[in-house]
Order: sequence, then structure tokens, then C-alpha cells
Amino acid sequence: MLLRHTTDKIIEREALTVNPAKTCQPVGAMYAALGIHGCLPHSHGSQGCCSYHRSVLTRHYKEPVMAATSSFTEGSSVFGGQANLLQAINTIFSVYNPDVIAVHSTCLSETIGDDLTQIIAKAKEEGNVPNGKYVFHANTPSYVGSHVTGYANMVTAMVKTFSMKSSTKKNQVNIISGWIEPSDMREIKRIANQMMAKIVLFPDTSDVLDAPMTGKHEFYPKGGVTIPELISTGDSKFTIGLGPLCTLDACIKLENQCKVKFDSLELPIGIQATDTFITALSRAAGVQVPDSLTDERGRLIDIIADMQKYLYGKRVALFGDPDTLVPLTEFLVALDMKPVYIVTGTPDKTFEDRMASILSTKVPEAKYKAGERADTFLLHQWIKQQGVDLLIGNTYGKYIARDENIPFVRLGFPILDRVGHSYFPMVGYAGAMNLVTKILDVIMDKIDREVPEEKVELVM
Amino acid sequence: MRKVAIYGKGGIGKSTTTQNTVAGLAEMGKKVMVVGCDPKADSTRLLLGGLAQKTVLDTLREEGEDVELEDVLKPGYRNTSCVESGGPEPGVGCAGRGIITSINLLEQLGAYEEDKSLDYVFYDVLGDVVCGGFAMPIRDGKAEEIYIVVSGEMMAMYAANNICKGIVKFAQAGTVRLGGLICNSRKVDNEAQMIEEFAKRLGTQMIHFVPRDNMVQRAEINRKTVIDYDPVHPQADEYRALAKKIDENKLFVVPKPLSIPELEQLLIEYGLFN
Repeated sequence: MLLRHTTDKIIEREALTVNPAKTCQPVGAMYAALGIHGCLPHSHGSQGCCSYHRSVLTRHYKEPVMAATSSFTEGSSVFGGQANLLQAINTIFSVYNPDVIAVHSTCLSETIGDDLTQIIAKAKEEGNVPNGKYVFHANTPSYVGSHVTGYANMVTAMVKTFSMKSSTKKNQVNIISGWIEPSDMREIKRIANQMMAKIVLFPDTSDVLDAPMTGKHEFYPKGGVTIPELISTGDSKFTIGLGPLCTLDACIKLENQCKVKFDSLELPIGIQATDTFITALSRAAGVQVPDSLTDERGRLIDIIADMQKYLYGKRVALFGDPDTLVPLTEFLVALDMKPVYIVTGTPDKTFEDRMASILSTKVPEAKYKAGERADTFLLHQWIKQQGVDLLIGNTYGKYIARDENIPFVRLGFPILDRVGHSYFPMVGYAGAMNLVTKILDVIMDKIDREVPEEKVELVM
Repeated sequence: MRKVAIYGKGGIGKSTTTQNTVAGLAEMGKKVMVVGCDPKADSTRLLLGGLAQKTVLDTLREEGEDVELEDVLKPGYRNTSCVESGGPEPGVGCAGRGIITSINLLEQLGAYEEDKSLDYVFYDVLGDVVCGGFAMPIRDGKAEEIYIVVSGEMMAMYAANNICKGIVKFAQAGTVRLGGLICNSRKVDNEAQMIEEFAKRLGTQMIHFVPRDNMVQRAEINRKTVIDYDPVHPQADEYRALAKKIDENKLFVVPKPLSIPELEQLLIEYGLFN
């Protein structure tokens, strides 16, 4: 009983978060930046920040994550980090030679008020940025929002820095990706490819954070959206943003900057959200939905219909990021499951409304909460009050799952103790099949393990 | 919309000068917003008639992030819009970060949107530029023209010179320029000539010489600007003149700050050290 001190008695808390369901902004900024080809993320702050962000990403992806830091000292905190960043830009281009440096700030550099716009302009003026190379930045103070905010800020910065409108329109559709795995980004490209829709996906971490082992270490793996592709997003005919919290700002920026209209959709997790995405892409790109995708959808429905009795009425607790939780909840409801407890540490004004529209009639008893006090401690307390049949969340859920003997599906960020998430998608119909299979596996394993001997079934 | 920041040494009369000038602009029919960037939150007192106003940061602390523009933006003299950024008590927290937070929040809430049809935004900034946060109003093209309130006293000129160093730094990357020095007289010998010369060496102008007059204090005790309290008093005309000069100003420069020996030399030349 690792969490044996958690009780079912909920006491109103004003200023205490226990086991938060979030992490800090620069993690998201760093992850998004890795979705640009040949990009070296740079953390403008103390070394410890950068080390933590790199290590949590490395542990989640089981891939080396490269990033540089301004290595603030006491002196930099007093006199500002300009000298360090100028030196860093110089060193990075001469030693590591990336195409792009994506700078993000940290709590310290934000608090002392370092002006990254001015410092980067100075670096350019002094000739520290070689021709054809780029340095851009996003502001990511961790005391605002969460890792999701950092991701969104970096994606918006990509649009602000690169998207450009020329005189000729391009027959392509932008897909701005919310926070999903490299496998999911690969799946979105596969779907678009099947539909013969020409897209620019950004950020795109496939072939960066799921790079194959070839025996040779590539400092900049082959994946990632390229700079010419990013620039061309200003000439695209339409934009689809997947996951509003991560991409809506970028969509709006792109429309204001280059007059590219957009649709802001939920992440394509589950049947309905995937239907919506595929319909939107078909309309935006002016292409048909091929039979192959309709067949995939059919196979998904078939699994669900076959295994319905193991899904029906099962109570589920879930935690993670709003953009994932909303379509996931919708999918669980479509599976006839009961998502009863949902928390996210990411503040999101639209969360309650989005959840209410899915749950108010189908699962009226559901409790959900977003923000600082919506932590996994609260989730555990709710579970103590009335149990659940399934827990979905990141690795930190394993303690609750173990204490309460709940089947547990790992989904979200970070997953530090299993592999697979970066290789098998959860988006699209194929992703939904993976998800249903995972859910069924853990639920049915528990039945096999605990059912009385005379009730053990060979065929289920 | 013109975006103006007023800087200067602490106690030099920035807030008083700003509000009196804003009153002059408002009288000319301009739509003005004043953003007080001082934790003391006294930059809009004269325009609001002393009305105690809830600051942006207090509102943020008490009501969480669901702040509405109406909660923090109060109408003052002749429909000027008044905002106080606020900040922590002396000795705790980080006032600089407070300014960053509150200006970002105002932008998010759309205080600068076109539908507000503002002619001017005035940032009234605390004392010297002491840390990155206090430079927020001149970053990223937020304020584009700066006026420094100064007097003939050495420390005021020293502060003005320092502020110019800050402007140079941000002017390199952005659009911010110095619009001139406003001399708020302390009745120092040769004050007007000395500040004019100081301005010239900085590469700018003394845009107006505001004479010292007790009327300013009298109006202040009555929580009013001079133009509001006694519109026919000659001091009211001084502020009207200043407002008009700012409105018609075309001279915007990147200043050339003086070295300390140069500054001291200037003071000697104009008789202060005699």
C-alpha cells in the first residue's frame, strides 16, 4: 500500500496540490521543437531545468533527447541572461550545427524579465546566426498553465516565425498536431496518404523520437517538419488544428498572419472524433474517403460489437491532458463504458463545458475537474469513495492501480515504465483498435486471475 | 494609436505630470488609456478623483484567472480609461514580474483592440529601470515613444541618463524611441538651459519646461488634475501646452547616453557645483 495514507474523506483544499496531473511548460516546448527537422531546443535558464526536461522526455521515448541550455549562474540572474544566450547561439552553430535553434524561457529567465525577442535580434545583428539558419523563441514560464501550455506556445511561435504568404497558393492542407505520440503523427500521415490528401503536418516527431536503430547515432534524425514546409504553411488552402488547447492559438495566428482559414477539432481519438477529422480533411483537401479507411472503421466496430459485454457499464477513472481526455471520454461513452472520474492538472476554461456536453445525459454521476487542485490525490479519493473497473492515465497511475487492484491502461505523458506508446498509435480507427484491445486485455486478465476456479472460461 | 511611456527618477513627478498631461489630451478630445506600472498604484488617482481602484494583480490574486476587463479598467476624467497594474508590498515578491503579468493580461483581455478606438496609451512606470520587468512597457513595441521626466537636480539627470541606456538597448531590436525630456522644475539655477543642453547632448529635445507652482499640490490634495480643478489657472495652460507638444511631436530618436564625467562636466558648466 504505497498510498496507504490516502483516505476517502475529502477535505476542501485551498493551496495544496498532491501528486499533480501535470508537469512544466518547457517540457512541452522542448517536445514540440523536436518536431522540426534539424532543430536543437535551447533552454534559457539554469542547467537543472534543461536536465529535467531532457531526462523526462528521454525516459518516455527511450531515445536520446538533445537540448542546450544557457546555464544561468548567480551572475546571470542578477545581470540578465543576454551574454549567456549570445555565447550559446555562437557555440551551438559552430559545434552542433543545427538548422534551427528553438529557444524557450524558464521560470528564472521569465521572472528576471529577459527579453528573448531583443536578445535574438541582437544575435542576428551581430552575425551570430549563419545565413539560412534560424533562431526563434517561445515564452514558457512554468508558473502559468502546464506542459500543454508550453507545447501550444512553441507551436504558435513556429507559425509566428516561419509561416509566410507568397503570391501562389499551394494545393495542400496544414494539420497542426496537438500533443500526441510520434506513432500518432505517423498514423495521421498514413491516413492522409490513404486519402491522397497533400498535407503539411507540424510539429512532427515521427522519425525523430521513434528513430530506428541503425548502428549509427544521428544527432538530427531524418524526421520532423522542414523549414521550407513550415514557411509554405502560409500558402496552404486550409488548416486543421487537432486538440484546441495545443493548437487553437496557432490556427488563429496563421489565419491572421496569412489568411489561411481553419477548423479546430478534437484529437482524433475514438470513432466519432476520427470521423470528424476524416470528414474535415476530405472536405479541406477535396478528396474522397477511400474504402480502405471505411473498412478499418468497420473492423473497429466489429471488435467493439464482439466484446461488448466486457465493456458495458464498466466504471472508468482517467487523468491526463484536456485535449486527450475529451475525445477519450467521448470514446469510452461510445463503448458504453462509464467514465465517472476525470481530472487534469492543466487549467482549461472550456474543460467543464466540453465534458458536460459528453457526460451530462449519458453519465450524469460523473465527476470531473481541471486545474491546480485536480490532482491524482483527489482522483484516488473519489475512487476510495466508490471504486472503478479501469484506470487510464500516465505512469504515475500505477500506485493507485496497485493499491486498489484496478486494471490499468497507460496513456498520456509521461509513460516511464513501459514501451509501445511511441510505436503503436491511439489516434484514428487503427489507434482506437489498439486502445480497445488494451482496455479489454487488462479487464479480461483480471477476470481470468480472480474468477473462482469453476468459472474460468477458455473461450471469452 | 500612439503608445507612450513616461520614465524618470522616483519622486520626480511622473504620475502627476502624466495625469495632468493626459487631462490636457482628453480635453483636446483624445481617447486615452493610462496604465500605472507602479506597485504603489497611485498613477491614476487624480484622473479617478481619488477613487480607490482594484489593481490588475489584486484582482488576479483574489478572483483567479477569470478576470474581465471591466474589473480592472475604470473610466476617469473625460472618459479616460484607467488601469493600475499594482504589485506586492515592499520587501516581498517580484514587482517586475507583476508588470509583465499585468501587461500580458491586458493584451489578452483586448484592452488595446481597435474597437476601443484609443488615440493614446500612457504607461506610467516606477522610478528607474531597475530590472527586466520594469522595462516591459518598452519591449516588443509595446510603448513606442518615451518621455523622461527630469529636473535640474543631479540625481534626476543621472537617472534620466541611465534610462536612456535602457532605451538604447531596446531600440536596437525594436521600434521604441525617445520623444524628449520633460523638465519638471525644481527651481534649480539655470535649470531650463541646463536641461536643454542635456537634451541636446542626448540627441533629443526638452519638449516642455513645466514651472513649479503650488497649484499642482493644491489640485492634488483635492484629488484632481490642475485642468480639472482650476481650468483657468496659468499652470493648467502649461499642461495644455505640454499635451499639445506631445501631440504634435515628430522628433523620435535613439538617444546617446552621456558618460559620467560628461554628465558631471555639464553640471559644472551650468553652475551647480559652484
